[in-house]
Amino acid sequence: MATQNLSMPPKKNRLNNIEAFFTDIPKKILLKKFDIPKGISEMETKNKLKHILKKNIPFDEAPSFLGGSVKPHYVPAVVKAIVNRSEFFTSYTPYQPEFSQGILHVLFEYQSMIAELTGMDTINISTYDSATALGEAALMSSRITKKNRFIIPANISWEKKTVLRNYVNNLGMEIQELRYQDDGLVDISELNTKDVAGVYIENPNFFGIFDTRLDEIRETTENTILIVGINPLGLALMRPPNEYGADIIIGEGQGLGNHLNLGGSLLGIFGCKKNHVRMMPGKIVGATHDKNGKRAYCMTLQTREQHIRREKATSNICSNEALCAVGATVYLALLGGLGLQELAITNMERANHLAALLKKYGFSFPFKKQFFNDFVAISPINSKKLNDALLKRKFQGGLILKNWFPELGESFLFGVTEMHSIELINGFAEEIHEILQTIEKT
Amino acid sequence: MKEERYQMAYYPELLLNELGTNEEMDNSRNPLPVSLQRKTLKLPTLPESEIVRHYTHLSQMNYGIDTGIYPLGSCTMKYNPKISEEIANWDVVTQVHPYQDDTTIQGSLQIMFELEKLLCVITGMDAFTLQPAAGAHGELLGMLIAQAYHKENGERRDEVIISDSAHGTNPASAKMAGYTVIEIPSHEGVVDLDALRSVLSSKTAAFMLTNPNTLGIFEKDILEISSEVKKAGALLYYDGANMNAIMGKARPGDMGFDIVHLNLHKTFAAPHGGGGPGAGPVGVRKDFKKFLPIPRIRRDKKYFFSYAHPKSLGKISQFYGNFPVLLKAYIYIIMNGGDGLTKITERAVHNANYMLDRLKNSSYLIPFGKKRMHEFVASAINLKREKGIRALDIAKRLMDYGFHAPTIYFPLIVNEALMIEPTETETKKSLDDYIDALIKISKEEPSIVKTAPHHTSFQRIDEVEATKNAIHNWKEIARLSVSK
Repeated sequence: MATQNLSMPPKKNRLNNIEAFFTDIPKKILLKKFDIPKGISEMETKNKLKHILKKNIPFDEAPSFLGGSVKPHYVPAVVKAIVNRSEFFTSYTPYQPEFSQGILHVLFEYQSMIAELTGMDTINISTYDSATALGEAALMSSRITKKNRFIIPANISWEKKTVLRNYVNNLGMEIQELRYQDDGLVDISELNTKDVAGVYIENPNFFGIFDTRLDEIRETTENTILIVGINPLGLALMRPPNEYGADIIIGEGQGLGNHLNLGGSLLGIFGCKKNHVRMMPGKIVGATHDKNGKRAYCMTLQTREQHIRREKATSNICSNEALCAVGATVYLALLGGLGLQELAITNMERANHLAALLKKYGFSFPFKKQFFNDFVAISPINSKKLNDALLKRKFQGGLILKNWFPELGESFLFGVTEMHSIELINGFAEEIHEILQTIEKT
Repeated sequence: MKEERYQMAYYPELLLNELGTNEEMDNSRNPLPVSLQRKTLKLPTLPESEIVRHYTHLSQMNYGIDTGIYPLGSCTMKYNPKISEEIANWDVVTQVHPYQDDTTIQGSLQIMFELEKLLCVITGMDAFTLQPAAGAHGELLGMLIAQAYHKENGERRDEVIISDSAHGTNPASAKMAGYTVIEIPSHEGVVDLDALRSVLSSKTAAFMLTNPNTLGIFEKDILEISSEVKKAGALLYYDGANMNAIMGKARPGDMGFDIVHLNLHKTFAAPHGGGGPGAGPVGVRKDFKKFLPIPRIRRDKKYFFSYAHPKSLGKISQFYGNFPVLLKAYIYIIMNGGDGLTKITERAVHNANYMLDRLKNSSYLIPFGKKRMHEFVASAINLKREKGIRALDIAKRLMDYGFHAPTIYFPLIVNEALMIEPTETETKKSLDDYIDALIKISKEEPSIVKTAPHHTSFQRIDEVEATKNAIHNWKEIARLSVSK
């Protein structure tokens, strides 16, 4: 029995015969045959899905060391239990605050905790992902400055670049890339911010490297909008971007209590300083009172949004990733400041552990700077060949960078988190060692 | 009467930072140089049990479709099957990385491949992309495709036409794609063909339309509309927010639409998540296929991501779309089948018309005739004139009966609008109870209605004060006066 196969109400309750409801549809286009197979039961559905999905190989069966904005992190049972409460996930965007105080309260805590981490004042309740967040940030910088040139490092992910172009291309904005230096950091020495709407930098950057030039960044971007791409976990150790002049921050929040899900249902973090809040895209929760003076929450500054301002809105965004923000809130509540710091240190230590082993087995490291939980390493053999051999041994290797950074040769971006135990890392490195030896012999 | 029984839970819940303690930051093991280390991190520490209670209390002060009827117009708040949630929580779904080798994600690829095909059949389009993360995101992609298409034909068209009854995302999305928005007035609740003809020109890139429209009226001149749009060399864009009215009965492709987006979190029963994640796949006719985002999903013995599409716009999302939402839509479609989906449409339309019929002889006005598809708009203008009761007051008072409000003050062309979409998953009793409450409210003392709600966790919330205060995080909460 399919849950949704509700029969029509008894005849006497019907207003007309059913076909009468559809007579406005021109006869010519009334569908004669609906070519979708007949429905199946819930049990059959589950079996069918089991059969299809068993062709996926999850992390446990073939652990991956793929770097980039999305990574495997442990999702505590409490996070799942709260996010799976249907009072939250079957509710709509909280337009009627008296009926939605629960999620509004959670989202206010989300805004507060991300504000604490980043040093920004106002965080929206999410954008789709960090790539669309960058697109929105570029548009926002142009709204603030009325200028059209936007500067990005050459070494950000290609996904971010292509999404950014789609967000700004038709609005007369021009993207300019800054090369990266030999140490892997973006070259800001020649940066000229005249006629520039905004400058985007990442810290840690796409190569995993912490940018140490905080004062220099602040000084060179003083007369423009500075957008900093953050890693929320890295911020447990690192100075928040408001301390070096950020006006806007964006980032990927998937790691905060959300699963990989093939890179779907991500959490675009977006925040800014208070003076720019009216130019901000997305939904914001504010604190207020109810009629009896009880502290309460509601969506606020809605006159920026499409349902009120239509084509004059700051963005078209309506549905967002609110439930992922709920997950992030519960996650941060569970870890607390000390827990998050501990986790960040673990991530960094594990990444360094893998890097040290790879160095021993002949990998080279193009950048000498301190990195967080991503790092670039160059393989002594063809990168694709190595990953194929690893896959046969039930491991997913690192992310191959050759397509985007050919100048780095057979390079990988490795990502390491708390999900990679020391034993797992040792085992992975051992497999690489064996593969390299086998190839050397042949 | 339900009013007497209903009382929403209330807990005097503090903020997390008021419940927990802030531990001093310990930088002794921080591997960063001191100059880079942060000095404070005020994220509170609480025992796990307290955290669970805190969020459980909050969840009980939140109303979802599992709590009761949620008839927001154009939002299609239908029951979300539990089996979809169960499957979406399997490790083979959750523990899969977007950069994994194609050979290790054959299950997910098969589901996306088949879902694209199913959506083509449902809409009558030739190809789909699943990448957009929400309806508005799909609209933006659709408008970018329109830009790419006209540009390829060497044409400069910079206007997009939108009806005054359109969803707010339509004009906002067109603008983000670089278009000038031309709004045309509707006539008797439908597109005014003369008004449309008068603005169509060689500058028109596209006409964005939802059918049935936001009043729940099927645009029966759709074939004339599409032929006029085509004659002008423009494209016809379908906003699929109202697809629940026609699934299995008619298809946008057959109506002449060139580009279509669907909201999988509406028609296809994926939950709304309190505001997302959603999914807004975009379907196109074959002429536009080459512009769709990469990667495309292909099959050649095995499924794989295909990137070699030189005319593609690139990406609109970081990866491939919100997979759990796509999965839930896939489950919904195969479980219900073509027969079930058609019945769903019939029942959804029946339910809306049943409610409308019961409201006919009440104080509520139903503008523009009496025939609707899956939703309808009632006006509280008479109540406002006679008793000073506004649509907002009615929305708030409905909560005292344990019901969620309809969409209010939309579409903008109806005064004091109450936009009601019950969906197919409400029983006759549920529809009757809702209408009984609406009628009862229209006869109640205005003083009770205007001060509603009374039975919710919180009474009427002051949104103006929120704007004035601009308190957006707990550090700023001290600026909130303790009590008014």
